[in-house]
Amino acid sequence: MVISLRAIEKSFQHKQVIAPLSLEIPQGQLIGLLGPSGCGKTTLIKMIMGMMKPDNGQIYVFNKTVPHQQLLTDIGYMAQSDALYTDLTGEENLQFFAKLYRLPKKERTERVAYTAQLVRLSDDLNRKVETYSGGMKRRLSLAIALIQNPTLLLLDEPTVGIDPLLKVDIWQELLRLKNEEQKTILVTTHAMDEAEKCDQLAMLRDGQMIAYDTPQALKARYQAKDFDEVFIKAGGRTQ
Amino acid sequence: MRVGAVITRIFQQMRRDKRTLALLFVAPLMVLSLMYFIFGSDDKELTLVVSDVPTPIIQQLEQSDFHIVVQSNFSQALLKEKAYDGWLTMIDQTAKLTLLNDTPANAKALMMKLSQALQPTQATTITLKTNYIYGDAETTSFDIFSPMLIGFFVFFFVFLITGIALLKERTSGTLERLLATPIKRAEIVAGYMLGYGLFALIQTIVIVLFSIYVLDIVHVGSIWLVLLINVAVACVSLSLGALLSSFAASEFQMMQFIPLVIVPQVFFSGIFPLDTMAQWLQYLGRIMPLYYAADALNGVMYKGNSFGDIAMNLSILACFALVFIILNIISLRKYRSL
Repeated sequence: MVISLRAIEKSFQHKQVIAPLSLEIPQGQLIGLLGPSGCGKTTLIKMIMGMMKPDNGQIYVFNKTVPHQQLLTDIGYMAQSDALYTDLTGEENLQFFAKLYRLPKKERTERVAYTAQLVRLSDDLNRKVETYSGGMKRRLSLAIALIQNPTLLLLDEPTVGIDPLLKVDIWQELLRLKNEEQKTILVTTHAMDEAEKCDQLAMLRDGQMIAYDTPQALKARYQAKDFDEVFIKAGGRTQ
Repeated sequence: MRVGAVITRIFQQMRRDKRTLALLFVAPLMVLSLMYFIFGSDDKELTLVVSDVPTPIIQQLEQSDFHIVVQSNFSQALLKEKAYDGWLTMIDQTAKLTLLNDTPANAKALMMKLSQALQPTQATTITLKTNYIYGDAETTSFDIFSPMLIGFFVFFFVFLITGIALLKERTSGTLERLLATPIKRAEIVAGYMLGYGLFALIQTIVIVLFSIYVLDIVHVGSIWLVLLINVAVACVSLSLGALLSSFAASEFQMMQFIPLVIVPQVFFSGIFPLDTMAQWLQYLGRIMPLYYAADALNGVMYKGNSFGDIAMNLSILACFALVFIILNIISLRKYRSL
């Protein structure tokens, strides 16, 4: 298992954000984390990343107990809000993060060029990030998450604010990374068309995992024709 | 190399932030010049040691509010040690006055009173020769607290700029993002210290050179020691600014630390005489980094102290910086426990 969550719990100021939750994610899978705002998706991602400590339970990534220094290199992380140095250019941002992963100079240049091309930012690399549109910033964040060629990707709403055309491109690339390079990818999303592309979907509601299955199985279970319907039915809001 | 990455990034950011650069380099010079003009134009009981002075003259002096200490076998070294304001000796009709001049205003007052006291009867026959322990006849109040001002400006501007830079990193989420990479907490702190430290160093050099060569502030000690002290000051304020930024949620809250942290330090850095303060206030001064910085700077620039004389002050400043740096590294645990 790449990620293994065992009965983890988390509360903020006596409000339970994650109820005891267990989840096993095998290698080479694209897992979607689905659920309404405030259901604990980001908290879950941050805990897997080791940036937040669960109150109870254990988290293992690549059989190592989180937090672990090595894991910070193995995991590519994209936060929900773009954390970029807006007074630097796109290239300087990418170079900076590449250096933090101690990539050799040659590899660094290659990875910067590769990830920039992947998110279609090659032509804008020399512009300051403060001149970027929201979608461009999102794409740069994604490029940074991929910069060290990590084996596990934790992407918190990677396609918010990105136009549909580019969204298709990005999902194609995610699927390619999964299929060809055996990468494990955990994505949180609101977009139901994206949910359909995942191998497995974990549906969260109020910190509880209410379903964990393939998209087809979920649709069948809730007798829904699309995921908006699954989402509504699983959320128990039809009544 | 990760430290290097942080340093490079800080340089790139600073190079584009012209206004902050101006604040760092031009603002202190402007304020310093202003202070120079304000204080360049210049009462306590003055203590005068007299040796071999005829009794009638002593009586005259006592009438003019001098605190007189009669002592033969006195010396310049003793004057320095006891920190009396002046020492008067007489051989025949020649009076020799040695002024401590640690506070030029006092020295000037003493000179004036003395010549008034001697005037009515014997001024025509007594010739007065004056020499100075510290500084010279040209010394003004500005000279005496300008060394401290140099330290203060280094402290203030470095504090402000690092505090806000790190705060921006916290509020924009980049610090959290940074800690999702394998960089160690100590490496971030080291990167910040070195990156902004270099700007602080350049600022210090500019301020010191401007003070000495343009404003012509009295400096008798080594300019290298002045730089060394200011580098220590910059380290303290860098680390303190970075630390306090973790207790601020916005730039506005960061500014609120100025009256709390910066202003009180000014009171204890020699602008106001420390030895007349209440005992508990004097103890309070001991926890202020600028107290030690001002003492060392004054010692070197005005009194010509050597490294040995200021080593104690320097080590105390180094301890402040070290403690703040460690607290910084600990405070980053909030984002990541590794």
